[in-house]
Amino acid sequence: MELVQMQKSLQDYTKSLFLDGVLDSQFLQLQQLQDESNPDFVSQVVTLFFQDSDRILNDLSLSLDQQVVDFKKVDPHVHQLKGSSSSIGAQRVKNACVVFRSFCEQQNVEGCHRCLQQVKKEYYLVKNRLETLFKLEQQIVASGGMIPAMELGF
Amino acid sequence: MVASSEMMSVGIGGMEPPPLDLDEVHVLAVDDSLVDRIVIERLLRITSCKVTAVDSGWRALEFLGLDNDKASAEFDKKNNIKKLKVDMIITDYCMPGMTGYELLKKIKVSTFPPIFDSGNNLFESLSESSSFRQVPVVIMSSENVLTRIDRCLEEGAEDFLLKPVKLADVKRLRNCLTGDVKLSNGNKRKLPEDSVTVDTSLPPPPPPSSLTLSTNSSDSSPPLSPVEVFSSPLSSPEEDDDVLTSSPEESPIRRQKMGSPGLD
Repeated sequence: MELVQMQKSLQDYTKSLFLDGVLDSQFLQLQQLQDESNPDFVSQVVTLFFQDSDRILNDLSLSLDQQVVDFKKVDPHVHQLKGSSSSIGAQRVKNACVVFRSFCEQQNVEGCHRCLQQVKKEYYLVKNRLETLFKLEQQIVASGGMIPAMELGF
Repeated sequence: MVASSEMMSVGIGGMEPPPLDLDEVHVLAVDDSLVDRIVIERLLRITSCKVTAVDSGWRALEFLGLDNDKASAEFDKKNNIKKLKVDMIITDYCMPGMTGYELLKKIKVSTFPPIFDSGNNLFESLSESSSFRQVPVVIMSSENVLTRIDRCLEEGAEDFLLKPVKLADVKRLRNCLTGDVKLSNGNKRKLPEDSVTVDTSLPPPPPPSSLTLSTNSSDSSPPLSPVEVFSSPLSSPEEDDDVLTSSPEESPIRRQKMGSPGLD
């Protein structure tokens, strides 16, 4: 595929993530922090987010599978995930965490189980999309091209 | 991946960061979230700040030398004391163990403890102007709770940022700081309150009975007795706080090595 075509694909793909609400403007903030001195900043932060989130989701699954659910343990995990997803612009994950927290507050075990499934669904979706995005970027760089700056006109 | 995040903050992998330029702004960032620490660190660095990022209020106090009654001091070759230069502290509100609000309060009542040299001799007493009370403390929170914001401002917080923090927020903070740290003298860095003030609200400290004073110090004022910074119990958590019972992660402290025997 030609370089120009790849760059256009990347732009369209990124745009679709914003239009679908998978990412919000905070992701653009992160991109602003990337430059020649820190060319991999976004992928580094996002990778840390993935590692952190994998751990949290695992802890959450364990906590909710207990005979007696300790909401004092569950809620801080959700709060943490809400925070980190918000920091990288993973909007749908963040929103799912907000709903999750309200069920924690109500101490609704059934509701929390459903929320966890929803959070996982949104998380794997954004993880998948971002991994694809980074692959597209890598292809462009490997072909000697530059990553096009994100247009903010939408 | 953690190794490269270490590199991002320390500089070249594994090596000690270069000594602080007196003209540069040094910010202490406190956040228990690894992702948020990386982001705030980058936001600060891109606005030309030196950053030390720690993962808890206790580590912050440790870094500032406020966690015990022996200050963690660094001495130069002539055995003159090198004061720790912190121009701003930016802290998350919701943290396990000690909230940002509690950290704010501790900093605002703190005085710089007496310094002891390697022979355990009282080295130097530092004036009111050397405490970290004057250092602006900024609180960050993901929750836009008015009572929370008010409380922090009442306790002397400089500003309150809503998370996720944006570049514009940090740029604004940075611009405020530049005014404060303008050097009047090219060689010495003066703190914003650089005159020795007598604090009339505190009773004068009693002179110690059996401590030997080092003759290096030209300061003839009586040394302060060790101040107990944590005399009041930690405030009980409020309803909208998430006070975790255990620390969620074991990430290492990113900070400049002070090389003092007091810190391990």
